[in-house]
Amino acid sequence: MPPEDAPSTAPVTAPPALLLQGLWRRFGQKIAVAGIDLSVPAGSFYGLVGPNGAGKTTTLSMATGLLQPDFGTVLVHGRDLWADPVGVKATLGVLPDGVKLFDRLTGAQLITYAGLLHGLDRDTTAARTADLLGALDLAADAKTLVVDYSAGMTKKVALACALVHAPRLLVLDEPFEAVDPVSAANIRDILASYVASGGTVIVSSHVMDLVQRMCDHVAVIAGGHVLAAGTVDEVRGDVSLEDRFVELVGGRVGGEGLAWLRTSSD
Amino acid sequence: MVAHLVRLKLTLLRNGLRRSAWQIVGLVVAALYGLVVLVLGVAGLVTASATRPDLLPTITVLLGSALVLAWALVPLIAFGVDATVDPARFVLFPIPRRALVTGLAIGALVGVPGAVTAVVALAMGAVWWRDPLALVAGVVGSVVGVLTCIVASRTTTTLMSALLAKRRFREVLAALVVLPFILLGPLLSQAHRIDVGPGALDRAVLVLGWTPLGAAWAVPAAVTDGDPLGALARLAVALATVLVLAAVWDKALAHAAVNPPHEEASTRARGLGWFGRLPATPLGAVTARCLTYWVRDPRYAMSIVFIPVFPLILWVVAPDSQLLLFVGPITAFFLGWSISQDVSFDGTAFWTHVAAPLRGWTDRLGRVLAVSLLGLPAVLVFAVVPTVATGHGADLPTVLGLSLGAFLTSLGVASVASALVVMPVQKVGENPFGSRQGGSTAAMTSQLAGWGVTFGLTLPTIVLAVVAVRQGSALLGWLTVLVGLGLGATVLAQGLRIGGRALERNQTRLLSRLVSFP
Repeated sequence: MPPEDAPSTAPVTAPPALLLQGLWRRFGQKIAVAGIDLSVPAGSFYGLVGPNGAGKTTTLSMATGLLQPDFGTVLVHGRDLWADPVGVKATLGVLPDGVKLFDRLTGAQLITYAGLLHGLDRDTTAARTADLLGALDLAADAKTLVVDYSAGMTKKVALACALVHAPRLLVLDEPFEAVDPVSAANIRDILASYVASGGTVIVSSHVMDLVQRMCDHVAVIAGGHVLAAGTVDEVRGDVSLEDRFVELVGGRVGGEGLAWLRTSSD
Repeated sequence: MVAHLVRLKLTLLRNGLRRSAWQIVGLVVAALYGLVVLVLGVAGLVTASATRPDLLPTITVLLGSALVLAWALVPLIAFGVDATVDPARFVLFPIPRRALVTGLAIGALVGVPGAVTAVVALAMGAVWWRDPLALVAGVVGSVVGVLTCIVASRTTTTLMSALLAKRRFREVLAALVVLPFILLGPLLSQAHRIDVGPGALDRAVLVLGWTPLGAAWAVPAAVTDGDPLGALARLAVALATVLVLAAVWDKALAHAAVNPPHEEASTRARGLGWFGRLPATPLGAVTARCLTYWVRDPRYAMSIVFIPVFPLILWVVAPDSQLLLFVGPITAFFLGWSISQDVSFDGTAFWTHVAAPLRGWTDRLGRVLAVSLLGLPAVLVFAVVPTVATGHGADLPTVLGLSLGAFLTSLGVASVASALVVMPVQKVGENPFGSRQGGSTAAMTSQLAGWGVTFGLTLPTIVLAVVAVRQGSALLGWLTVLVGLGLGATVLAQGLRIGGRALERNQTRLLSRLVSFP
């Protein structure tokens, strides 16, 4: 299906996995997202970085059908998400941040639930649940209630729920928060091989180092705007992503302020 | 330090008001209510001291004891533990514990209940104006009494918060504690049958005056009776109460500071439970998830606990009357209506449904099926047993028709209601008695509207049923079955359709509301 609004003169290519056009969202007096345009190419590993309160979570919520934008369109593989929510959501895997899970289910039950809600049959769900529990090192806790999981384990089981229906586009909000280094490395491997096989991943993070190593594309968001977007090398130029980020976002405070915070002065 | 803690409490109160207009409304309502209580209490005391000084000992001791008991117990069940100045939050600050204890105690007086208690207590001291010595004793007793109130409430909440941190315990307690409170009303209505001897009240006051509850308030009466030794002894009991409670509280605080409450992970389930038994479809999954929650989530368990309570109340109030025929229909209504807060109970976990390619009617029907699997047997039992047991077997079709009609109708209306409105509900594991601030007005309005609609839609069946029972007509009885089932099924089908559409339209708005709740 050709994307409706692709310019006819452009060479025939696959539509971007995710295309955000002029997204706006206001909460009361505060404009959280002020006209974001973003194109995430299919098959990319896309990092979304920004300071706290930049609008990352709001943007990703609107891109995944969890939050209605005030203005703007969201195209997933060329299909308008808000015109056909049920059809498009089937191709999306979502890991939101700052929300709860149905935590009175066991880990295995929760992943099964996610699989069945996406219309998988019983055998596929069972096989994939077992695979995911193994790959994310949760097999020993498969029968423990999620409410009794640690923060990192909860993140991992939520990731498993996002993966179980093998979506074409994965949108992960802060997937590595509270996850231990070994599990984080395992998750990176899973995501990398998923991208290698043609999937698209969007992660938000404020760990620049991680994004620079892991992603091939990056967008810097602050104050509800996109400050820079493109391949990681395009965005960072010849400095590190972290330096470039600070340069773009600003707000560094000199270290001279807290002169009294010197143990020797006491 | 004490001044700092009191100022902190005031600042928290002010900032809370700034966050939401409903909090201001809540405070104003509480203040008005407090003012009424205060005026009534003080006016009563003034009148009594002017006209019937002989009754003063009885009034002050009973009122004072009730105050202490209320302060000790009500925070546990009515408001939850006051977490705004939770001692655990001061652990990292270098505050001497003695200052912390004093500050928290005085901070407890900031607020409507504290202020009302303090003023009423002072009035209880002032009523002894006829006798200067008794007046002094009265004021001293009142100060000690207010101290007892505060320290007792802090002690019970601190002690209980350690226990309440254990999930299992909290869930069981929640279900158990509520029962006597529900039964309190009906039991009190029967209390007049207990024969109270003429001197019983005086004896009770005498005994209370020596207990930690009433000792402080009994001091001035002993002075006016010309019993200085008795007065001193009662004062000693009162002071000892405060000291012991303060010591226990202090110990509990010291313990809590270095042993923060710790969740025990113990629950393990076998297999996939309902997920393995129901069809592997989205509908089956939603049903299985809801069924699992009905069993594992204490908030749902609470509504199951309520079910046997209601017939019990009716039975206590009116054994062998025709009222018992209504047990089935009313149980059916409440069970059906219990899914009206389903989305609110899901909380932010509702995103799972929003993010999935799930049709609205699937979500609605799954929730209805879950409660029906559990509730239908209960409805049948509560319709059949009381009817047959009271010898109204002939009315069984009527009662069954009305019960099933009410069940289907309330399920249908609740399916629409929970797709339109979400309200702040207590989260899993919170004190199940503490209602969330700010949501109560919206919650009440939507609940009442839902009840009204359900009642209106059941009215034809109700009228038929009442006439059928009155006239003892079997034909009308079977007509009730027909109308009840037909009307109920229609309402449910429409409820699923309308509710499903409303959910698809509203789900992101509902989710943002749920995320915005504190």
